[in-house]
Amino acid sequence: MHELSVSSAIVETALRHAAGRKVSVVDLRLGKLRQVVPESLTFYFEIVGRDTLCEGARLELEMIDALMACRECGHRWDPAPQPEHGEIVGGDLLLPQFRCPECQAAGAEVLQGNELEVESIEVNENQSDPAPPPMAGPSGTGREAEDSAGVI
Amino acid sequence: MHRTKIKVAEDALDANTTIAHANRADFDREGVAVVNLMSAPGAGKTTLLERVLADRGETRVGVLEGDVQGSMDADRLSALHIPVVQLNTDGGFGGECHLDANMVRSALPDVQLGKIDLLVIENVGNLVCPAEFRVGEDAKAMVCSVTEGEDKPLKYPLMFRTCDVVVVNKTDLLPHLDFDLDLLLHNIDRVNPEATVMQTSARTGDGTGAFRDWLLGVGREVPVPA
Repeated sequence: MHELSVSSAIVETALRHAAGRKVSVVDLRLGKLRQVVPESLTFYFEIVGRDTLCEGARLELEMIDALMACRECGHRWDPAPQPEHGEIVGGDLLLPQFRCPECQAAGAEVLQGNELEVESIEVNENQSDPAPPPMAGPSGTGREAEDSAGVI
Repeated sequence: MHRTKIKVAEDALDANTTIAHANRADFDREGVAVVNLMSAPGAGKTTLLERVLADRGETRVGVLEGDVQGSMDADRLSALHIPVVQLNTDGGFGGECHLDANMVRSALPDVQLGKIDLLVIENVGNLVCPAEFRVGEDAKAMVCSVTEGEDKPLKYPLMFRTCDVVVVNKTDLLPHLDFDLDLLLHNIDRVNPEATVMQTSARTGDGTGAFRDWLLGVGREVPVPA
């Protein structure tokens, strides 16, 4: 359930960069070596964003495969291949393997797969005279009446 | 109204990392080594600490005890006459399942860094979440007990990967269990071939000397025991 904390951190990061503008999309790069559950992250992101400028924003996840590089022999491999959603695969094929499968050396370097990075955000730029969005509230509000009166 | 895309390229946990660095700077200034001790609930962290800290020599040790609720562990460790600070995550931290850098920072005024050489942060029992959050520690260690099953390193690889030391605890129970110790060691090696693995029984004290020597040596350039 640390996805709640992670979601809060994502929203805070987005809000800081949005600098007062409404956020519509947050692009996140999520490495497969992180133990962050995408569905859970999306769920909490929606909740944490409520009553902020991230309310209603879409969290776009780009999943990043893991990639290791052996410091001894240079071999590169995915240490934690994952089955497709719901697929059940037997045997050793999908067991994590962080020791180099070629030369058996320890101490390989993680090239990618640890990402938890807000890559970019999309914000709504208001015009110089901001108006409430047409579908935002119930019709026949006082503001609408005021505008009409102004036109007349 | 139009949409603008803004490049951010920032780690979402940067704020936590920044606070962790601030914690680390405080620890360094006071000359305090810090170990983040993690495990699943009930693996034996507190019993292991009771055992090894009873024989702490001249080292002034403090413990920051992380739990969702309660002070049972802190009460047990206080019997060793060491400073113990209880940090409950349900008190203002939403009942979080882990400690993060900010929670640790909030407890530092109570810890009194000037009076200790080593701070052990006993994290909330959980094999997933604590692994994601740095708190400013010098080293991370975890306890994995033989009653948890041989497959845990494969199911929770991040926790096993992130630790410098993996303590396999409750070895006194091995004669009573259908537990393949070699398979567990093999699985730990699969996910963290660089980990130092120790086998202990916190209950009998068997093997705990190696962990004590490592713990008391953190931050002092003492070679890790073979």
